[in-house]
Amino acid sequence: MRVALFLTCVNDTLYPDTGRAVVKLLTKLGVDVDFPRGQSCCGQAHYNTGYRHEAEPLARHFSDVFAPYDAIVTPSGSCGAMVRELYPRLGERAWAEGRGDALARTLAPVVPKTYELTEFLVDVLGVTDVGAWYPHKVTYHPTCHGLRSLGLGDRPRRLLGAVKGLELVELPGAEECCGFGGTFAVKNAEVSAAMGADKVRSAESTGASVLCAADNSCLMHIGGTMSRLRTAMRPVHIAEILASTEEEPAV
Amino acid sequence: MSGTFVGMPAFPKAAHEAVHNPTLRANLRHATHTIRAKRARAVAELDDWPALREAGRRIKDHTLRHLDRYLVQLEESVTAAGGTVHWAADADEANRIVADLVKETGESEVVKVKSMATQEIGLNEALEAEGIRAYETDLAELIVQLGKDRPSHILVPAIHRNRGEIRDIFRTEMGAWGRPAPEGLTDTPAELAEAARLHLREKFLRAEVGISGANFMVAETGTLVVVESEGNGRMCLTLPRTLISVVGIEKVVPTWRDLEVFLQTLPRSSTAERMNPYTSMWTGTTDGDGPQTFHLVLLDNGRTDTLADQVGRQALACIRCSACLNVCPVYERAGGHAYGSVYPGPIGAILSPQLRGTASEIDASLPYASSLCGACYEVCPVAIDIPEVLVHLRERVVQGGPAVRQGNKVLLKPAKGHAAERAAMRAARWAFARPGVLGAGQRLVSRTRRLHPRTLPGPGRAWSGTRELPAVPAEPFRDWWQRTHGGKDSSK
Amino acid sequence: MSSRDRVLGRVRRALADVTPHNGPYEEAVGRDYLPEHGHRTTGQTVELLAENLADYRAIVHRCGAGELPDLVARLLAGRGSRQVLEPPGLPPEWLSAADVVRVEDRAESTPQRLDEVDSVVTGCAVAIAETGTIVLDGSPDQGRRRISLVPDHHLCVVRVPGQVVSSVPQALERLDPARPLTWISGPSATSDIELDRVEGVHGPRTLEVILLG
Repeated sequence: MRVALFLTCVNDTLYPDTGRAVVKLLTKLGVDVDFPRGQSCCGQAHYNTGYRHEAEPLARHFSDVFAPYDAIVTPSGSCGAMVRELYPRLGERAWAEGRGDALARTLAPVVPKTYELTEFLVDVLGVTDVGAWYPHKVTYHPTCHGLRSLGLGDRPRRLLGAVKGLELVELPGAEECCGFGGTFAVKNAEVSAAMGADKVRSAESTGASVLCAADNSCLMHIGGTMSRLRTAMRPVHIAEILASTEEEPAV
Repeated sequence: MSGTFVGMPAFPKAAHEAVHNPTLRANLRHATHTIRAKRARAVAELDDWPALREAGRRIKDHTLRHLDRYLVQLEESVTAAGGTVHWAADADEANRIVADLVKETGESEVVKVKSMATQEIGLNEALEAEGIRAYETDLAELIVQLGKDRPSHILVPAIHRNRGEIRDIFRTEMGAWGRPAPEGLTDTPAELAEAARLHLREKFLRAEVGISGANFMVAETGTLVVVESEGNGRMCLTLPRTLISVVGIEKVVPTWRDLEVFLQTLPRSSTAERMNPYTSMWTGTTDGDGPQTFHLVLLDNGRTDTLADQVGRQALACIRCSACLNVCPVYERAGGHAYGSVYPGPIGAILSPQLRGTASEIDASLPYASSLCGACYEVCPVAIDIPEVLVHLRERVVQGGPAVRQGNKVLLKPAKGHAAERAAMRAARWAFARPGVLGAGQRLVSRTRRLHPRTLPGPGRAWSGTRELPAVPAEPFRDWWQRTHGGKDSSK
Repeated sequence: MSSRDRVLGRVRRALADVTPHNGPYEEAVGRDYLPEHGHRTTGQTVELLAENLADYRAIVHRCGAGELPDLVARLLAGRGSRQVLEPPGLPPEWLSAADVVRVEDRAESTPQRLDEVDSVVTGCAVAIAETGTIVLDGSPDQGRRRISLVPDHHLCVVRVPGQVVSSVPQALERLDPARPLTWISGPSATSDIELDRVEGVHGPRTLEVILLG
């Protein structure tokens, strides 16, 4: 099976540790993962801000880069949802605008074989215990697109539950949005910040030292809020927890 | 009420006050969290909820796609049952029809059942201008009317008020409108409800004209349905001699049987009850029972413009349950007034810019009043994909394009104030389509990382005012990958 | 152009992209939901009705045919009801044991007159177990809609199991849309203060239901 890592532009630029963790984890599980260097951005920010036509060339580019692979794995619920849920919609809208089905046909191949990381681990590889070790008290925030668009369900919790040394505590109001929302975070900064502060306070109430999620863009917002509020908690991507072992513990 | 929403600032500005008002935040948090949990329990009782939701969606979708057919059928059925049907293309026309009908009765006051449609068209103000006093009889509407306030929620227009504030409004304002509040009124909800009962009873008993909306209209039978809790609806629908119902054209359903879906999904989604206390159904007039004259005013007011939008038309499927408001994290913090419309919350953010167009500052900002978290879509009992419509309307705001306004095709220009963003989006698309350029940019960011400020100037303050910026890594992933061949050459 | 033509014209132009469905309506909708929830015996359905009525603060009583006049008399006396409104076709024996002034509903009875009575006694058209709802349809034993609305105390007799259905779909099937219908689930209530439910606003603040059978 040819597996491609779709790291996402945000992770590539700002969170390379998450990318290294995914590679380490998948390699350990016997997957020969490739990082197609032609990859860039899925177009989600463009699409969700109202620039659908600007998102189209990025989607076509994504398809060109990833179509040759059997599976595309991404450590981002929202970018995964862009491909799985919204690429078909790009095709439908182009058709409705009288531009035929060319875009739909171009994008169709990548849609079913794009997996968010925890889906790939649980559904494709069939593992929940990845042999990780992470001796910390952790609370898990299910990010919105992973939760509602992709339907990740309890996969992340099952994976975390199998990590040695990890104490998983429930986050009150877990399913409430953290307030990131892409450009929402700056267009409606005050509401976004209020949501972020509430999320951080409920995370703090768990007594956990780590807030874990499967999306670094949400973690950037939550983590930025944590630093500003001077909380002792840290935001950590789930890939970094799952890649942590006794021999090579995550920092 | 609609008049008072004119000239509203954009959503972020309008939300500013609410976000920083601890009383309001606490009121909204308490109320929405209470009802959220109850709704979840009420819905969980029905193991066929997804099938009911899907049936509701299909009924509404089919009806909207054949709306002319069902409106004509409805008109025939209502007329055959003794009612008179009027058509109103816009708010002014609807208001004029209602005012004329009231004047024909010789009355100068009317009692009103809570109705979103009449709020939307500003009927109370229009009647006032004609010398007709309209009394709101729903408890929350009464609180809003007495407090000279604006509604902030579809189901509970006074949700922004807590019991203490309501007591104060009753104490100071009731006397000017009729029977004053009882001496020594406290803030217990039961006493407040009793005060409203006493205050309104004299109005109900003498009322000659009632004005309502409707939750559903059945094309096949001509039946109208009003779903309520307090009994004020029953009072207004049965005691007056004349009843005038102002109803949006999208409220029609084809068959009597269709009610079996919505009478299961609406109460559970709205007040989180198995069934609301009272539902009234009437078909035209009945000899000797209830109003002997019945007028139905069918209202367009932007609905056909909305219908013309293939993506946006699903907003017309809304049954006004408010579940999307109650679950919305943005609504909870910004409050209902920030939406600048009688339709607040997620559904308002997709309805108002379609009913009114995206020309005003507030309407152009509403599609952005969401983090696209999707909680609204998840709870919607007719499966309106609110995030999909929000994104679609964002596109209309920034890109412009064809739309229909007042029945005419127009080509919208891109909204002002998005030029810099548009340029940035284009530049980003250009760079992202060229990974070489992207990589060079990333390297530049990494190499200059020690020079990066911790807070940003200008528009960037919107982020860094409340959140730290992430630290930029020494090397982007793609460089590490190339340098180490995916970690095979070295582990670090 | 009339407003009717204007609105209908706009609707038709707005739907230019839609291919009309001309087959049977039911085919377009598809109803995959359940006709009722769960499987119950007739007795269990009546039991569920009683539970759900009580859950929304209706006061529920049960009695056999012979005991009804005494029960009605006792309930009215217990509240101190003096004037009791009756619909034109109320079975005469229902109020036969009550020591009250029986007020007939007349066409000329004003709402103010109705407001003076203490209680109203009616039958019903159908009762729904799953939701704890009784439905009145204006039949002679139920009377005009206003009589079960203005008095503060409503005593409603449901013949069980004959008038009881399990679900909302089953109730709609039994009802005649041409009649004015009032669906009642508990006493009047409001959620308008902090979204908390409070019983007792404009409709009868006390709803008593007698399950007769």
